[in-house]
Amino acid sequence: MTAVFLVLSAFLASAVEMVEALTIVLAVGVTRDWRSALSGVGAATLSLAAIVAALGPALTLIPIDTLRLVVGALLLVFGLQWLRKAILRASGYVSLHDEEAAFARETAEARAAGLERRAGLDWYAFTIAFKGVLLEGLEVAFIVLSFGSTQGSIPLAALGAGVAVVLVAVAGLVAHAPLARVPENTLKFAVGTMLTTFGIFWAAEGTGARWPGGDASLPAVLGFVLLLSVAFVALLRRGRPAIA
Amino acid sequence: MNALRRLGTFWWDFVIGDDWRIAAGVAIALGATAALAAADEPAWWLLPIAVATLLYFSLRREAR
Repeated sequence: MTAVFLVLSAFLASAVEMVEALTIVLAVGVTRDWRSALSGVGAATLSLAAIVAALGPALTLIPIDTLRLVVGALLLVFGLQWLRKAILRASGYVSLHDEEAAFARETAEARAAGLERRAGLDWYAFTIAFKGVLLEGLEVAFIVLSFGSTQGSIPLAALGAGVAVVLVAVAGLVAHAPLARVPENTLKFAVGTMLTTFGIFWAAEGTGARWPGGDASLPAVLGFVLLLSVAFVALLRRGRPAIA
Repeated sequence: MNALRRLGTFWWDFVIGDDWRIAAGVAIALGATAALAAADEPAWWLLPIAVATLLYFSLRREAR
């Protein structure tokens, strides 16, 4: 059961971040220069692989309870950020993330930027693609490393993330446009729920608390976080006086 | 120095985000959970309640 959650969480988080990275790469690729944009993607991918390769084995040397406490606490804070934003989006307090609007913005900025060539590349296209993929990918690397190391299976988490990266890349190649039809806001809500769930579960275990039923209580924690989030969305939608 | 500050700002934004009170609340809740667990008392219930409370107040602040 935990393995399923692990792969699913890594897959969903990776898919969401890669859809955003794809929008940035497409925008600079279409308006500037594909070779420079793809060089940026390659450089960022290599950097991410180096980070995972360096930190992955190091994390496995830390005692499991310490690892669960530190990683659980980080995941909980990180997950609550996602969840808070997702609840505010779902209830209309913050505008929904719109890939078409993001694409239009990135495209306009790319057209307006001046041309500077370095190492035979359009430096703007290279750096924007590099930064976009690296920053979005860092969140995925963080999730893969934290989920994988606490469950003792970084390859399983990497598998979930890898499948998402390939699917999004193929979909982007086929569509040749931002993936506006991916239910990104719903996915972000799901990822926030899962990150918070794992954060609660592992951080509590790391402090020495024991869950009734052990790992079997994980779905109950997930159900609790989901119900709580849906209730907050409903409260916020009913109007400010209900929650404020 | 500037690079260090930028790195610090990046990690702060990356992990802590928009509401530092959530991170502070999580730290306090973890301390309380550890104290309960060390006293051999059931402690698993504390974090879910802390999460509900922290989210409630954070959302309330944002909604105002």
